[in-house]
Amino acid sequence: MDLAKKILIAIAAIAIATGLFFLNRHRSVPAGYRVANVAGHPLAPEFSLPELSGQTLDLSTYRGKIVLLDFWATWCDPCREEIPHFVELQNKYRDQGLQIIGVSMDDGPEPVRDFYQRFHMNYPVAMGNAKIGELYGGVLGLPVAFLIGRDGRIEAKHIGATDISVFERETKALLQPQ
Amino acid sequence: MNLSVEEGNVVFTVAVVLLIFGSAVFAFQASSIPASRLINPEELVKILQSPKGEKPLMIQVGSHVLYEQAHIPGSEYIGPASREIGILQLRKRVEALPRNKFIVIYCGCCPWKHCPNVKPADDALQALGFTNAKVLYISDNFGANWVDKGYPVAKGE
Repeated sequence: MDLAKKILIAIAAIAIATGLFFLNRHRSVPAGYRVANVAGHPLAPEFSLPELSGQTLDLSTYRGKIVLLDFWATWCDPCREEIPHFVELQNKYRDQGLQIIGVSMDDGPEPVRDFYQRFHMNYPVAMGNAKIGELYGGVLGLPVAFLIGRDGRIEAKHIGATDISVFERETKALLQPQ
Repeated sequence: MNLSVEEGNVVFTVAVVLLIFGSAVFAFQASSIPASRLINPEELVKILQSPKGEKPLMIQVGSHVLYEQAHIPGSEYIGPASREIGILQLRKRVEALPRNKFIVIYCGCCPWKHCPNVKPADDALQALGFTNAKVLYISDNFGANWVDKGYPVAKGE
């Protein structure tokens, strides 16, 4: 076997290992567990939470918009991977009425502020707590995202890392005139 | 197989690259904790509900917000072990214990392969020489694999 072939095999091995690694990262939640359409479409529980900016975030302020409510934390890998896609989604559909709201389940705001700047987040982020977790049925694993319609009703709940195309498809469906 | 010096160097370099890559991929993952140190939720529940046998010291090494919502009754919150402060508190909590103490650490913040906390906590206990320290295997999250199963839950600080 000549040298070129050996190098080629080594590169192929690294490429396969890399591919398996990233495939592995995105396969951790069974597909059927990711998407849960919420039966009966209950009203999203109202809440007021302190924003990173110091202002108070009231969910009721956003009634009339499509709200993507994302429970996340800076220490949560799949959450971090979703954020840049949410930033893009917010830019793309802001004018049509999409409002993304992040609720950080970090234990304190310092790492969240740093993360917010570094990732150029373009939507409000509030600091969550156990009470809001319980209001939303128990946020006992991250990420968890709720898609809320213009009428304030929960249209979908996504548990675990979810492909951005799923959020975009659902958002577009809700943005269409009824 | 006879390799020239040049070929030997290439093979060595490739081996090093693969080794570094492999280490980087698995070093911080819960997946790299040996199966012998894992305990399943159903096994732990049996131990907790059994009138006999030693009960473990249970330590939650994840988020306090999640702990407040639901945790295993009797378990202690120590702080996220992915951060230095969490590891320091863990060491402080266990340093005086006999090294054969039955300890169970758990998190459940994220799917197992993404959990940033259990591996550093397990590493810390191993480094301290604990021979009967287990990690609770939570495949999806604490809600799905513990609370939704109807296992005992406590709330609050």
